[in-house]
Amino acid sequence: MSKVKVAFTLNDQEVSLLVQPEERLLDTIRDRLNLTGTKEGCGVGECGACTVMLDGQAVNSCLVLTAQVYGREVRTVEGLGGEEELDKLQQAFIDHQAVQCGFCTPGMLMSARALLDDTGSPTREEIKTALDGNLCRCTGYKQIVEAVEAAAEAEEVD
Amino acid sequence: MPERQQVNRSKKRVDARAKVTGKAKFGADLKFHNMLYGKVVRSSYPHARIKEINTDKAAAYPGVEVVMTAEDIPNNLFGVIIENQRVLAEKRVLYIGDGVAMLAANSRESAREAAKLIELEYEELPGVYGVEEARRPEAPVVMPGEENNQVIHHPLRKGDVEQGMAQADVVLERKYTTQFVEHAYLEPEAVTVVPEERNTLVTVYGSVQNPNATRDALATVLDCDLSRVRIIQDNMGGSFGGKDENISSMACRAALMALNTGRPVQLVNTREESIIESYKRHPYTMKYRMGARENGELVAMEIEAAADSGAYACQTPFVTWRSVVQATGPYEVPHVKTDTYGFYTNSPYTGAMRGYGSPPVIFAQESMMDELARELGMTPEEIRRKNMFSNNSRTASNQKLDNHEVSLAEVMDKALEAIDYQEKYRRYSQPQPGDIKRGIGFAISYRGVSLGAEAIDAAGAIVSVQKDGSIIVYSGLAENGQGLKTIFSQIAAEELGVSLDRITHMETDTSISPESGSTVASRSTLMGGSAVKNAAENIKTVIKEFVAEEYDYRGEILYRDDALFTIEGSKIVDFPELAASAFHSGVFLSSYGWYKAPGISWDEETGQGRPYFTYVYGCQAAEVEVDTGTGEVRVLNMAAAHDVGKAINPANVRGQIYGGTVMALGHALMEDLGFFQGYISHTNFDEYLIPTVKDAPDNIDAIIVENPDPAGPYGAKSIGEPAMELGGAAINNALAQATGRRLRDLPLNLERVLLGRNLSREG
Ligand code: FES
Ligand code: FES
Repeated sequence: MSKVKVAFTLNDQEVSLLVQPEERLLDTIRDRLNLTGTKEGCGVGECGACTVMLDGQAVNSCLVLTAQVYGREVRTVEGLGGEEELDKLQQAFIDHQAVQCGFCTPGMLMSARALLDDTGSPTREEIKTALDGNLCRCTGYKQIVEAVEAAAEAEEVD
Repeated sequence: MPERQQVNRSKKRVDARAKVTGKAKFGADLKFHNMLYGKVVRSSYPHARIKEINTDKAAAYPGVEVVMTAEDIPNNLFGVIIENQRVLAEKRVLYIGDGVAMLAANSRESAREAAKLIELEYEELPGVYGVEEARRPEAPVVMPGEENNQVIHHPLRKGDVEQGMAQADVVLERKYTTQFVEHAYLEPEAVTVVPEERNTLVTVYGSVQNPNATRDALATVLDCDLSRVRIIQDNMGGSFGGKDENISSMACRAALMALNTGRPVQLVNTREESIIESYKRHPYTMKYRMGARENGELVAMEIEAAADSGAYACQTPFVTWRSVVQATGPYEVPHVKTDTYGFYTNSPYTGAMRGYGSPPVIFAQESMMDELARELGMTPEEIRRKNMFSNNSRTASNQKLDNHEVSLAEVMDKALEAIDYQEKYRRYSQPQPGDIKRGIGFAISYRGVSLGAEAIDAAGAIVSVQKDGSIIVYSGLAENGQGLKTIFSQIAAEELGVSLDRITHMETDTSISPESGSTVASRSTLMGGSAVKNAAENIKTVIKEFVAEEYDYRGEILYRDDALFTIEGSKIVDFPELAASAFHSGVFLSSYGWYKAPGISWDEETGQGRPYFTYVYGCQAAEVEVDTGTGEVRVLNMAAAHDVGKAINPANVRGQIYGGTVMALGHALMEDLGFFQGYISHTNFDEYLIPTVKDAPDNIDAIIVENPDPAGPYGAKSIGEPAMELGGAAINNALAQATGRRLRDLPLNLERVLLGRNLSREG
């Protein structure tokens, strides 16, 4: 099959590459662009470990074809926070012990970031709805929800 | 005693920053020059004879570098307890996840496409499913070379059970069952094997829960010395007991292909491959007979518990052994007869999973205590208070609990108070109009800490002070995501009085870290933590001599604030300066630490002795809401009180409690492999449902109870498994109160809640 050329913005950088038409965004990010923070837990859109932001929305990158992101903006966990300073969510996850094995963490952070960008001060129910597609087997979710609440509050103060 | 600066505090995890920035590398994130991608072809049947394998087309596929079958593997057997697991199936496949062939290619796509070209011809054989079938004398024998399907039998005899039953006013007999459960760690298994790297035959990187067990398997299969195999652990995306034998098997496969091609080989499972191949939690079939006097006093218990071992022995002998010790629960019972068995079947093999052999028996026995209370007209609380252990009680194995605080009353009081149990119990006992009904229930347990009489119990660590005062820690026990590196770093920092950021805790590396047994049985904090403490203490002995000479101070030294102080509180020297001057004086500030568990004993014939050197106690309560129109169950609140001895890191302990209770909730209410006659139909998270954030209870009260234990570092014991063994029984008891109907089979899914039975073929 002939390759297609795709250009998009990844973590504020322009990238352009040739991909197979059926190549998943998840594989492009991990294998070709070497950003392995985004994880694969199921490959069928059920676990959320592969969540990235696409034009500000949280999506499962295992269900997106790279060819579909032409001209769009993709953000992964590596593009969260600045060089020196962590994103408020990242800091809150550390402070609230919301990380155990850490495999779900990048996806959780991206879903939470999309929520906070969209809804300034979400209710607990809104947080749960935003994270409902992200499975975690370690934490029982409690400290994750608390971390998102704390980050939302911290952002409101700013 | 001066206040502790590093332990008993909720320090932030030392690995959190790498994990929130995406920098932490997991098994599937690694890449090596010239690396090949492996793929395994698995059985199409739960039980069949392999008539023919033709690999020609696959081998000819572009990019394929090697194809192997059992014929190419001279030493095909491995196993921790009994060596009967095969790297690839020979002649017969014993379960649906058995590997029959493997290959490695230049790209993942080539490997996947080529695997489809492997031609296999089978003759399907009748299979054995379920323990009741497996134990029939005429059942086909699953394991080649065995006479029947029994893997193990553990008897326990105390008193005379028939005489005891004769004294009882009420005798209750019930049968309970539990299901296969998938670990469902979020990270599917991943290993990479690099051949002939830095003086070793093979180096293995990946999500290896028990590096030494995997090293044993590789040395056996590759027929080489242990020193020629090096396992370096990567970040683990969860394990819960589940990345042991299946990872050993993957590592052996990748190693054989790596040595054949001279190139690194990576094997990463898809979720479907993981669920089909990996071992599960043992399903149990349990028959309980309990005898009690009118006043609620237990006089006798007779228990038969049979665990489905699936196709291999794996850890069945040890898993079922833990069931024996916990089967009668934390109650004084004068007459006990327990028989615990494991049987081979053609189902997925079963092994270690968080809780090990305890969650099934606790589900049965704590459900049954409520049934007994009801029969006797008592409350669940009264019957437990009447019979539960206190200091100096004797267990079913006749061990006197006299070397630590038996805190059952305390954990129970605290959990029940937190959830407002008495008030809710009273309220939900009244008739509840409408379809929506609520109930509250709880369960209590005692649990032996560490391995017990399963195996030798000792662990080691290395603490090494560098000349700039930074410190490197190596541990033989492994970080599986639970927070071990943080706990061990806290202990080293506490002992040497330095801040946590001076410590770098390395990955477990079998060529460096002292072999310490497996990271299982909630033993890390107590065993490994004690080893780290011991290493630091050894260093302090050397420092004391050095300080006497160099700084002319011979009294006791206080270690805090990154410096050494005299007992009066005047500073002797800053820690980095001490490290530098020791180095320049040729004084060695590094040490191995070692900790061997206190003595235990066990009589295999009678099940009597001191199986564990200490125990932990816990109580979990659950409040549920049931829609009796749909059968839907919602857990509203849970309270979990656990005596952990002493919490090294309270936030971490709470994290273990939250995670454990939610995992137990999944086990109780939803997790189901869609298992029928050896086939698994729920092979991904769209069908194998684990709790999401919305399934988790609205509130979980995690209550840390502390009665420091002389056996543990700073009095610490364990929490990982205790946190998940009680939830199933607590939820079931709450459900029974809500609906007035007692269920005895897990999972408590919609059909069972609605109809009292399952509609599917399995019943
Ligand atoms: S890997 Fe994409 S949702 Fe699970
Ligand atoms: S922290 Fe392990 S899956 Fe969430």
